[in-house]
Amino acid sequence: MLDVTGISHTYGSGAKTHTALGDITFSVEKGEIVCIVGPSGCGKSTLLRAISGLLPPTAGESRFMGERITEVPHDLAFVFQEYSKSLFPWLTVRGNVAFPLKARGMSRRQRHEVVDEALGWVGLADAVEKYPWQLSGGMQQRVAIARALVCQPALLMMDEPFASVDAQTRAELEDLLLRVRREYDTTVLLVTHDIDESVYLSDRVLVLSKAPSTVVSTLTVSLGAERDQITTKETDDFVHLRGEVARLLRYGTAGVHDEVHEVKQAVPVEAVAE
Amino acid sequence: MTVTERKEKKVTPDTRARRGRAIGFLGKWAVFAGFIAAWQVATTLAEAPYFPTPSTIGETMVDLWLSGPASQLWLSDAVFDDVVPSLLRLLGGWAAAGVVGVVLGLMMGRSEKLYDYFSPTISFLRSVPPPALLPVFLVLFPIGTPMQLATIIFGVIWPVLLNTIDGAHTLDETVVETTRSMRLSKPRFLATVVLPAALPKIFAGLRVSLSLALILMVISELVGSTNGIGYQMIMAQRDFSLPKMWAGIVLLGILGYVLNVLLLVIQNRVIGWHTRSKSLTGR
Amino acid sequence: MKRLVRNTIGTVGVLAVCELVGRSGLVNPNQLPPPSVIGARLVEMFNDYEFSVDVVETISSWAISMVIATLIAVPLGILFGSVPAVGKVTSAIVEFLRPIPSVAMIPLALIAFGDSVDAKIALAVFGAVWPILFNTVHAIGDIDPVQINTAKAFNLTRRQMLTQVKLPAIAPFVLTGVRISASIALILVVSTEVLAGSAGGLGSFITETGTGGAQMDLAIAGTFVAGVIGFAINLIFEWAQRRWVNWSDGDRAR
Ligand SMILES: Nc1ncnc2c1ncn2[C@@H]1O[C@H](COP(=O)(O)OP(=O)(O)OP(=O)(O)O)[C@@H](O)[C@H]1O
Ligand SMILES: [Mg+2]
Repeated sequence: MLDVTGISHTYGSGAKTHTALGDITFSVEKGEIVCIVGPSGCGKSTLLRAISGLLPPTAGESRFMGERITEVPHDLAFVFQEYSKSLFPWLTVRGNVAFPLKARGMSRRQRHEVVDEALGWVGLADAVEKYPWQLSGGMQQRVAIARALVCQPALLMMDEPFASVDAQTRAELEDLLLRVRREYDTTVLLVTHDIDESVYLSDRVLVLSKAPSTVVSTLTVSLGAERDQITTKETDDFVHLRGEVARLLRYGTAGVHDEVHEVKQAVPVEAVAE
Repeated sequence: MTVTERKEKKVTPDTRARRGRAIGFLGKWAVFAGFIAAWQVATTLAEAPYFPTPSTIGETMVDLWLSGPASQLWLSDAVFDDVVPSLLRLLGGWAAAGVVGVVLGLMMGRSEKLYDYFSPTISFLRSVPPPALLPVFLVLFPIGTPMQLATIIFGVIWPVLLNTIDGAHTLDETVVETTRSMRLSKPRFLATVVLPAALPKIFAGLRVSLSLALILMVISELVGSTNGIGYQMIMAQRDFSLPKMWAGIVLLGILGYVLNVLLLVIQNRVIGWHTRSKSLTGR
Repeated sequence: MKRLVRNTIGTVGVLAVCELVGRSGLVNPNQLPPPSVIGARLVEMFNDYEFSVDVVETISSWAISMVIATLIAVPLGILFGSVPAVGKVTSAIVEFLRPIPSVAMIPLALIAFGDSVDAKIALAVFGAVWPILFNTVHAIGDIDPVQINTAKAFNLTRRQMLTQVKLPAIAPFVLTGVRISASIALILVVSTEVLAGSAGGLGSFITETGTGGAQMDLAIAGTFVAGVIGFAINLIFEWAQRRWVNWSDGDRAR
């Protein structure tokens, strides 16, 4: 469904350049949830932007259902890391969530229904008439998520979508994402800095190295389709996998393990003393 | 626009702040009344020929504009012959300049190329003091409304245009990416995202333009007109009728005040979200 | 670099279009002469002594009014802003007087002063005082109390307080007020010149050549010069704001 080949990106020109992305290749199958983890500032957001057509990459290409992406495809929805700025302050919560639907010419009545449903999912049914600046950070983020979900996109790209919600809501939203995937067969590419979350949500976890970042490793998560916030996280597999991801993040290598498909670049240990 | 779709009336809990504002409002008027009274005393005592007393000015104003029959709500013919045409020209010119300025400003604010091509021309044209164009426009346009509209439009378009460009240009990068991820068409993007985001700046420009429009309305009527408040004042000047000239000055002051208040009310309705979001988040 | 090239292309393009329209016969070339003709007149005019006198007269009237207006408005503003009671009273009065368009005073000033330079300057001062006064009063009220208290802690005298704390703190806002006033004063000077032909100056030149003499090439050239003066004034103030006040919040207290 999504094929990323040899994407790299360098910011700036002349003397002050910064190569954020090295050479990144991977693909995502339909209905998969893939999480991307990596050290802060390594270029995760840049990667999502470059893949989705928001930012033309310096090299490489991404294909969505076989078509080369040059601008954001119709069937793709994006949740931005800067959620508070990505909401329109002049629209109410309803107006914000309905915005993409309105652009698609959906009737007012239908919009109303769909928006109510989406806001119900994220637990914001009571806040429809509020303005974004009247909401807490976590609530704003949920509005942004609802806005992405109403379009029922085939591919959902989320940049740290649950970063500023409290633990309880976070768990609920994670389960919501799993449910959406089950019901609509949505493909999800999600950036997170939370190791537990990456393992809990994913079918696969992509671990990135520091800038210029490359895929250090791809871990397959075989925890089954049904997952539970408590029991799944107690299984040996889960505990093992999250240790694996943590080690990869810290040392850039996982030791001896079959799940390690490729180790492109090993980061020296001293350099990762965070 | 969805901004006006709000159904529920926001009742601010802090009635105390409201009461404070009401007292401030009354206080201001009381001070102003005191000022008028002081002026009355001063002018009566001084008997300066150029400064008639406020009561004389008031009587003249009533005489000029409020002496009509009851069927016209006591408004005299002079209101319909002079004040109304003036107002129509003022508002018409201002509105036309506003629409053109906003549309051009949205496009130029979002297109670096357009901006680069035309910014030198714009920054020169906006520097031309509009009255310097009057003699030229008097020749180019028929005397009366066309020439006056031309003067007003040319003079007041710049604050709106420049503020709109600024507002559209400084659109947050995340907002731009958000809308790109939704694949809006360019006109839709300009109308539903750039325009509302730029509204606070646009209103600031519109307010500057409104007071400038009043100035230009007066000047253009002083120079080339057959009716209007300014024309009336020139006639009064020829007759050396100082109370009538002062009546015109006061009427123009009232117009300026009322128009500004009206625009503020509209601004509060349309971009209330902006002021409230500012005061809430302190951004 | 790309920007400069585009600037040039755009400006040349605009001039070329004007030239084409002027020569195409779409407009009467006597009424709207093409830029090349106007350019030629401009060169001639600057060798003309009387025109230069007109230009100098307009600029000096403007400059004198600005100096007087600033000298009146800044001290008054500091006084009004520093004594809260006085400040409240004056700001209430100012709120009602400010909306009066200053040009409404032109007929009165022409009667009172005749068609003289005094009329121009009196009007321009009257129009230019308000923005400076308003900005100064607000700026004084907006000074961070922490700054004042810090200064007090250093035992500054009243005079030191004024020159070392208050004046630097209000400078950006005063400068913004002066900038707004500068264009208002220019409008008033030119208006009076246009209205009272014998007042002299660039405005009178434009009136005499345009409406009076039907020499539109000269009139438009004069208008162009008025634009150049306005442009230069804008440039100077923008430069001054960038030079002395390198923070953009100066526009706040409008
Ligand atoms: N527009 C830009 N211009 C120049 N450099 C940029 C730009 N955007 C990001 N960068 C740099 O690129 C690098 C990667 O940024 P990016 O936002 O993709 O990181 P990230 O992995 O998403 O970080 P975080 O975990 O904090 O979200 C950073 O060093 C950043 O400073
Ligand atoms: Mg990021």
